[in-house]
Amino acid sequence: MMPDWLTPAILTIVTASTPLVFAAVGEIVVEKSGVLNLGIEGMMIIGAIAAFAIGVNTGSATMAIIGGAVGGMLMALIFGVLTLNLLANQVATGLALTLFGLGLSALIGHAYVGKTFPGLPKLDIPVLSDTPLVGPLIFGQDFLVYFSVASVIFVGWFLNKTRWGLLVRAVGENHDAAYAIGYSVKLVRMMAVLFGGALAGLGGAYLSLAYTPFWVENMTAGRGWIALALVVFASWKPLRAFIGAYLFGGITIIQLHGQGIGVDIPAPIMSMFPYLATVIVLVLISKDASRSLLNAPACLGRSFHPSS
Amino acid sequence: MKKLNYLVRLSLAAIVISGFALVSPVNSEDLKVGFVYVGPVSDHGWNYEHDQGRKALEKALGSKVKTSYVESVPEGADAARVITKMASSGHGLIYTTSFGYMNPTLKVAKKFPKVKFEHATGYKRSKNLNTYSGRFYEGRHVAGLIAGKMTKSNVLGYVASFPIPEVLRGINATFLAARSVNPKVRIKIIWVFTWFDPGKEADATKTLIDQGADIILQHTDSPAPMQVAEKRGKWAIGQASDMSAYGPKAQLTAIINNWAPYYIQRTKEVLNGTWKGNQDIWGGFKYGTVKLAPYNKAIPADVVAMAEKARKGIMDGSVHAFQGPIKDQSGKIVIKAGERANDGMLAKMNFYVEGIEGKIPK
Repeated sequence: MMPDWLTPAILTIVTASTPLVFAAVGEIVVEKSGVLNLGIEGMMIIGAIAAFAIGVNTGSATMAIIGGAVGGMLMALIFGVLTLNLLANQVATGLALTLFGLGLSALIGHAYVGKTFPGLPKLDIPVLSDTPLVGPLIFGQDFLVYFSVASVIFVGWFLNKTRWGLLVRAVGENHDAAYAIGYSVKLVRMMAVLFGGALAGLGGAYLSLAYTPFWVENMTAGRGWIALALVVFASWKPLRAFIGAYLFGGITIIQLHGQGIGVDIPAPIMSMFPYLATVIVLVLISKDASRSLLNAPACLGRSFHPSS
Repeated sequence: MKKLNYLVRLSLAAIVISGFALVSPVNSEDLKVGFVYVGPVSDHGWNYEHDQGRKALEKALGSKVKTSYVESVPEGADAARVITKMASSGHGLIYTTSFGYMNPTLKVAKKFPKVKFEHATGYKRSKNLNTYSGRFYEGRHVAGLIAGKMTKSNVLGYVASFPIPEVLRGINATFLAARSVNPKVRIKIIWVFTWFDPGKEADATKTLIDQGADIILQHTDSPAPMQVAEKRGKWAIGQASDMSAYGPKAQLTAIINNWAPYYIQRTKEVLNGTWKGNQDIWGGFKYGTVKLAPYNKAIPADVVAMAEKARKGIMDGSVHAFQGPIKDQSGKIVIKAGERANDGMLAKMNFYVEGIEGKIPK
């Protein structure tokens, strides 16, 4: 017999993990093209306020979601122009992007404090959605959850099975060689950066539209940084990032449930678990140095200019 | 070329300096009052309410005071820098509004003996430094009474931040009050170890509701718990501000931090020369620092009457949130029959009262 708190607990895990899935999968594409964008948090928070502002003003969930993606993309565009065209340092620019995003979102958000959004519509198929556990889990989520799963499948397929994906990886592995055979490194990287920005924006939009449908300053609360860690945790593989995000979300929620049931494990230790798990997995995957290094893009974080 | 560059810079500097002079005219008649906030004024919680206090002060004293504030100042070295800047730019009175500003405020206060300082929720005072706080546990007492009467599942859910005396005081006050009107009531506490993370606060609230809680109380800063309660059709008590915008049906009442009376009183004292250092005021219902949001219309009249009776009783001194005998979890009497917890004990409270399940995380 299944305890009756199990289904809601698993549903909570889905909500907690979805923003991380979006941001991490987007960053994988960015890093695969050889660019390290540390500004995920900044792109997410702009995505969150853009989606919320548009949602409140238009009342349309679709417009809000698109707004979130575009907001993240605009931030990514700033990053792209600075690092790809003007060859600014990627680490410094990424950090600046986060600070800028937090400040700008606060400024835009002043007018939206205290407003609420009805949330995203959920899929509801008669009979199917009412099946215990499976029903609400597979057939009863909101649109963005399915979209996050689709983005994992799409990115996995794109990077490994398509010519364009090969090009992204080529640019990330050896930008000189890719340039020598006639590809525009700058263009490919810009596209990857914009894609990453759009997904980070969606992650933010999920926070302000579905997770906690309101706006408050700094509401991403460090999730961009967790997504960044997940990319390394996943050794740049979308499916592993998905699993990692759910593991992370899962442990967070289970420790909350553990406290409620009265499991006698000190709460701070349980809060530490997700991070501890990341460290352990990192140790395990780095044990075989040759294999884990194979996955890290060789040109990660290095600026490219044809003259150098 | 170099010289031109130098001239350009010089004129730029001149413009910047004159700009500063324009925005802050020095008028020795006015009292400049500064506020330092730990988070954004738009947080709809702790900082928002301090800023409401600042606005009320401006309204009450009009042209006699000029106020300014700096928001989102991290506790630590940055705080000392911001407070020093305020003290050296002509502010006569400075309110620092977070516990972590205690040592920086004390340090700066020593350097600027003529400037008057007021630090919220701390315990270090000096000739030109006072402390102030709120008796929010009085609000929790009333909230606990209402929660005890309104719960159907007999499980209250409490989203807690950090196991510090302020938070434990709130939990104990709530539980004691709820038990006094409903002997079957239990309280489930989830510690999220953050003051502000809407996502995590929402997750903790969902967990509490999934485990049977039908009334949510919170000691974290975001309106996420209220919003989850609204969505799931449960009750909740708002924290720091009126959160009814996020839970029009869910909010039973809210415990509101109202700093205006304190800010107006102290600032008046500075203006008329009666301000003294080394003072400590904890304002409650009586002083006006703690207020309740309008009661939810769904609360039965007899429960409202009971809540109002308790509130008035606290104001006239006939009711106290920590009225002995009170035992801790081990059954040891911590407050004897006929006695009340004094401020020293309240400030150091580090136990759960009898009947609360679970241990305080270390």
